[in-house]
Amino acid sequence: MLVLGGTYALLGIGLTLIFGIMNVVNFTHGVLYTFGAYVMFMVVQHLGVNFFLALPLAVVAGWLLGAVIELALLRPLRGSDIDTTMLVMIGAWIAMQSGALWIWGGVAKSIATPFPEAPLVLGPVSVSWLRLFVLAAAALLIVITYLLINRTRLGCAMRATFQDQDTASLMGVNVDLIYTSTFAIGSSLAAAAGALLGPVYVVFPQMGDLAAVKAFAIVILGGLGNITGAVVGGFVLALAEELGAGYVSSGYRDAMGFLIIIAVLIFKPTGLFARAERVG
Amino acid sequence: MKLVVPFLTILVFASVPLWLRDPYLLNALITTGIFIIGAMSLNLLLGFTGQLSLGHIAFFGIGAYVSALTSLGFDVGLPGGVHIVHDPWPPIAGFALAILIAGLCGYFVGRLSFRVRGAYFVIVTISFAEVVRLVALNWVELTQGPLALTNIPSISIGLPAVGSLVLRTKLQNYYLVLVVAVAAYVLIARLVHSHFGRAMRGLMENETLAISVGIDVTKTLTLAAVISAAIAGAAGSLYAHYIRIIDPEVFAFINTVTMVIMVISGGKGSLAGPIVGGVIFGLMPVFLRPIMAPEAQWIAYGGVLIAILFVLPRGIVPSLAQRLAQRSSKAGVAEPVVFPERSAKEPA
Repeated sequence: MLVLGGTYALLGIGLTLIFGIMNVVNFTHGVLYTFGAYVMFMVVQHLGVNFFLALPLAVVAGWLLGAVIELALLRPLRGSDIDTTMLVMIGAWIAMQSGALWIWGGVAKSIATPFPEAPLVLGPVSVSWLRLFVLAAAALLIVITYLLINRTRLGCAMRATFQDQDTASLMGVNVDLIYTSTFAIGSSLAAAAGALLGPVYVVFPQMGDLAAVKAFAIVILGGLGNITGAVVGGFVLALAEELGAGYVSSGYRDAMGFLIIIAVLIFKPTGLFARAERVG
Repeated sequence: MKLVVPFLTILVFASVPLWLRDPYLLNALITTGIFIIGAMSLNLLLGFTGQLSLGHIAFFGIGAYVSALTSLGFDVGLPGGVHIVHDPWPPIAGFALAILIAGLCGYFVGRLSFRVRGAYFVIVTISFAEVVRLVALNWVELTQGPLALTNIPSISIGLPAVGSLVLRTKLQNYYLVLVVAVAAYVLIARLVHSHFGRAMRGLMENETLAISVGIDVTKTLTLAAVISAAIAGAAGSLYAHYIRIIDPEVFAFINTVTMVIMVISGGKGSLAGPIVGGVIFGLMPVFLRPIMAPEAQWIAYGGVLIAILFVLPRGIVPSLAQRLAQRSSKAGVAEPVVFPERSAKEPA
């Protein structure tokens, strides 16, 4: 549950940044998750690169792909309404997912890991080393993102753009650059989540679909553009899924995210942590 | 002049089976026709109220399942020892129930989700479709889950002179779909030009102003959702009785996307838009199949969607109509062609 929560939080942070700052409903988020997992697969299985070295590579690859998507598809559409960008993102998602299916085929792939099979036993609890590593890496990335947003000049400019794009632009912030970096950072976080969960499960072209909708659930749960909310939302969703799978039926495990979305929007449409004025 | 084009279109479509002998193409036309009915219902929401439902396939699938289950019968145990046994009814009753229940679902989704707009509404509808899909997949006792409902009977019509006529052949189904499509078109056209239609468009263009002149927002939007869902349910029922096998894959998100593409490419907010877009995109896979791998087809699909949004953001029909209007106004014949433009009043 903790492992899932960490990666869900990564996905959610990436999406909430893009949604909050750029007002773009990013349907390619799931594909970037898939992409990260496949980069991990290619680099580890085909090129034989060390597992720990492959992880940063996947993050960088996601960053690059995100920047390309932003420059090619979103920049020309700046200023058009949210439905248009959303549909363009859907088109990109279909094309990219089919591309993944074409390149890598529909057969699920698994990634070898350097961790021992035997779990770590701590009293009554046994945890696999891989899952522990995934949790630690996710936590590290969350902290890095937090510092990036709150302690650097770029993060300051991003926060300014989030609050008021026009004023930020008047203060000398290069809004175009902020948009591209935001999308690239969000994408690299999605790719990181894919690269981390890929070795835990298996890698296949449609793996990103559910991940994307779950990321939406997390973002709605935490409130738009709210990073702390996304982290908490990620863990809440993971907990709800485990409880749902345990107490209702494992078939309905994936329904939990959607039920959470519906429930939150009915009872508290602003999300659990957002300030009311951010929601229209 | 204005009535000629629709009648001519109906005539052309009605004559298709007379000169088209290829059963594969006829099959493609029937399924395309069914999806066009779905796209028309989506256009009622997207084009005339501005609300994008990305869970529209849920209503279509609910219609398909309700119709199939009504005509097949079922035997389900509910928690608490209650046992519901349903004997098979004639498929036409399934068709009616499909419309009714899909409309009812539209009512609940509308009531719940029209407190939110824009991106939120989109995500609520996606979630709804996904929950319904998971129920269809997991409630095996009722839906057979991934094993699919098979042997769904074809629709039969009782005629006074001939007795009962079972619509089993492609030809019969083609005309059935055509009749339902025309009925749906007429219904939507009458609605859009009624008081209710003006209320919907008023809401889309300026919600605050619409409220100030006394339009009940929730009621109008919910009613639009109910009608839209009911028509989608009718399309789903036709689908179930034509294909005669239904599995949870019918709820796949790509089916909703197909309908959205039909509406957007043809032109949202134009009555003919979904038909034009539907014919193009419904038949595109048929012609791409011999020359492309299936994955490449989908890549082309996504690429064409992006291209249309970049080149013709308002869709084919409105762009053409605008051009025609410009030409005729130059010639001195003033024929106002008004298409509602989606206003950019999205929440931040």
